[in-house]
Amino acid sequence: MTGNNILGIIYSNMYDECLSEITALRTMGSVPFAGRYRLIDFALSNMVNSGIEKVGVITKSNYQSLMDHLGTGKPWDLSRKTEGMFILPPFSSAGNLGNYTNRVEMLRGIMGFISRSNEDYILFSDCNSVLNIDIDELMDFHTDNNADISIVYKHGVQPQLDNTMTLRLGDDGRVEQIAVSPNTLGEVDYSLNMILMKRSLLQRLVGEALSMNQESFERDILQRNTEKLRIFGFEAKGFARTIDSMVSYFRISMELLDPENCAQLFNADRPVYTKVRDDMPAIYGLGSTVKNSLIANGCIIDGEVENSILFRGVRVEKGAVVRNSILMQGSFVATGVSLNYTITDKSVAITPNKTLSGAENYPVFVGKGIVI
Amino acid sequence: MARKMECIAMLLAGGQGSRLGILTKNIAKPAVPYGGKYRIIDFPLSNCVNSGISTVGVLTQYQPLELNDYIGNGQPWDLDRANGGVHILSPYQQIKGSEWYKGTANAIYQNITFIDRYNPEYVAVLSGDHIYKMDYSKMLDYHKEKDAACTIAMLEVPWEEASRFGLMLVDDENRITEFEEKPKNPRSNKASMGVYIFTWSKLRQYLIDDEATPDSSNDFGHDVIPAMHNAGERMFAYLFDGYWKDVGTIDSLWEANLDLLNPKVDLDLSDPTWKIYSKTPSAPPHYVAASATVQNSMIGEGSKVFGELDFSILFSNVVVEEGAVVRDSIIMPGTVVKSGAVVQYAIVAENAVIEENAVVGERPEQMENLEDWGVAVVGSGVTVHNGARVAPKAMVDEDVKGAQ
Repeated sequence: MTGNNILGIIYSNMYDECLSEITALRTMGSVPFAGRYRLIDFALSNMVNSGIEKVGVITKSNYQSLMDHLGTGKPWDLSRKTEGMFILPPFSSAGNLGNYTNRVEMLRGIMGFISRSNEDYILFSDCNSVLNIDIDELMDFHTDNNADISIVYKHGVQPQLDNTMTLRLGDDGRVEQIAVSPNTLGEVDYSLNMILMKRSLLQRLVGEALSMNQESFERDILQRNTEKLRIFGFEAKGFARTIDSMVSYFRISMELLDPENCAQLFNADRPVYTKVRDDMPAIYGLGSTVKNSLIANGCIIDGEVENSILFRGVRVEKGAVVRNSILMQGSFVATGVSLNYTITDKSVAITPNKTLSGAENYPVFVGKGIVI
Repeated sequence: MARKMECIAMLLAGGQGSRLGILTKNIAKPAVPYGGKYRIIDFPLSNCVNSGISTVGVLTQYQPLELNDYIGNGQPWDLDRANGGVHILSPYQQIKGSEWYKGTANAIYQNITFIDRYNPEYVAVLSGDHIYKMDYSKMLDYHKEKDAACTIAMLEVPWEEASRFGLMLVDDENRITEFEEKPKNPRSNKASMGVYIFTWSKLRQYLIDDEATPDSSNDFGHDVIPAMHNAGERMFAYLFDGYWKDVGTIDSLWEANLDLLNPKVDLDLSDPTWKIYSKTPSAPPHYVAASATVQNSMIGEGSKVFGELDFSILFSNVVVEEGAVVRDSIIMPGTVVKSGAVVQYAIVAENAVIEENAVVGERPEQMENLEDWGVAVVGSGVTVHNGARVAPKAMVDEDVKGAQ
């Protein structure tokens, strides 16, 4: 074993359905975010920045774009001779069809991988939570509290997702009660599904759940053991958000136009790594107007852009107006076009003089490769 | 023994680039940043890969640390190969003693063993200090078609500038009949681009002969090429008609950067079929604030612009605060231009700080005497303090004290 004694496990498909339009052709992990990233970049970068050298990525379906993005793991420095990145596609065998429906089944599918690993600890992460976290701090917290399980949480309105755990915390930070997707409207402490525990404990808990034919990681493994195990809540500091719908995807993206949020997520000490595309820097033409926007490399802007996020290689022609919109990689906006509250997927082309306008709580979405 | 290669490239990257002054104080000229995210050496390296040349020896000598670090294992250029790839070749100790590279030809001579490992038919000798996109494979085809010993890429330059270049006179077939090195009264406008393809068996012998010539300066242009020419070897000029610029001086470096903003200039870095690769920092997209005005500029990732930007190139992680003005300038990575500062007609190197109300450079129309005007240069890590002034044409590599 090398590195910091933690095995990283990322669920790349969890909650795909909440962004069904964007994930029609990809996994949650490969959803484009923040102008040049895919959601999995945040989970992977958090792990490698803390010294984790072995990461398993659990996949279920539609994972071609994810494979293409991850390649050999080089951009995250996970292309290693020993350890590195492992893609864990569904594993079907007698009694296990491989089309997972819950976390326990997924864990069963990768039990071999987990038991062959040497790290003492295991850290889980989903892809739909976006944060930049110091995992060394989490590890110190875990050992200082003599915890069995540590759950990273955030205070706020709970995301509208299946199996969202909300935590009732004692003064010492110990989790006294776990509720799974309770009916509450107020602010709660909800889990970001980043969970740290001993590898041996996980093996025992999953083994018990399987022998009892239990299916829910949240209810049967965590909630049921709240009293028996020392479970602690670790609060995520700074910018941490969970995407639970197209509207929240849009809103959370736009929150990055606040330089403070952006600086917290893109912390220079813990960079977020992604696949390199070798675009030139963005070019602003004579007569272009750009205000309050994030612009990635390879963009050529001759028109007007305001309160928007432009991914790599977007072109906005002279006379086009883009407001409150997210344009993914390679989108093309022709002259005379007006976009407002619009999300375009990769390689969308909007031909001259079209107008698309959504609303803040209902952005228009244009699917991959569509020409309007 | 490595697998045989038809053609390998030797990239001359040892030059100091002394005319770039403080910009090359700690780095070799090919490592000088260019175009918002690149370094000069990215161009010949990317040209090699895009032309199908996957074995490249990079000859370094002057301040190689940053260049070695930058090139690393060559992965950003797809040159981390099991067979071939990029190799840094620094001078090394040999049984008869050790010596520096005495000249461009000697640098290749000292690495004959390296080249022989690949047993190539042809060797491309490239210089590491020009900005251009060129398909060397077409030049190689031409070289083979002409059955040449040496092919030199040439560019037709404006007649009035011809006297600054090494020139070639050619016959109807483009066979070189005569060379002229920076003549006062040029008889040709066909300039050498510093891109050569040699038939290796020929070059190998001429390098050995040159080394044995006591008074030779061991330079390609001065010694080896004339020797080949005098011996009657078949030497041809290969016409190149794209963008090419020698960025050997502050003015030409400044111009070559701003050429990227000129739509009339034939240098498209967005062409997906001929990408220029570089080692990319991990930075988010750049941010242009509501208070910013950006016109006719290029901005790299991780930069934040709150002030005014006009006809300028910002590299990655540059900050231009609200109320600051940057125009007609090149700002290299990590530099901060604070509120009220004005940077104009300037090159500011990496991680410099231009404090509040400081003024760097001057517009030529404000000058009484144009002779005194020139691009101002601020060295890397330098702080220009509150209210201080950096005169046009000045080069500062130490902190500049404030006005008070």
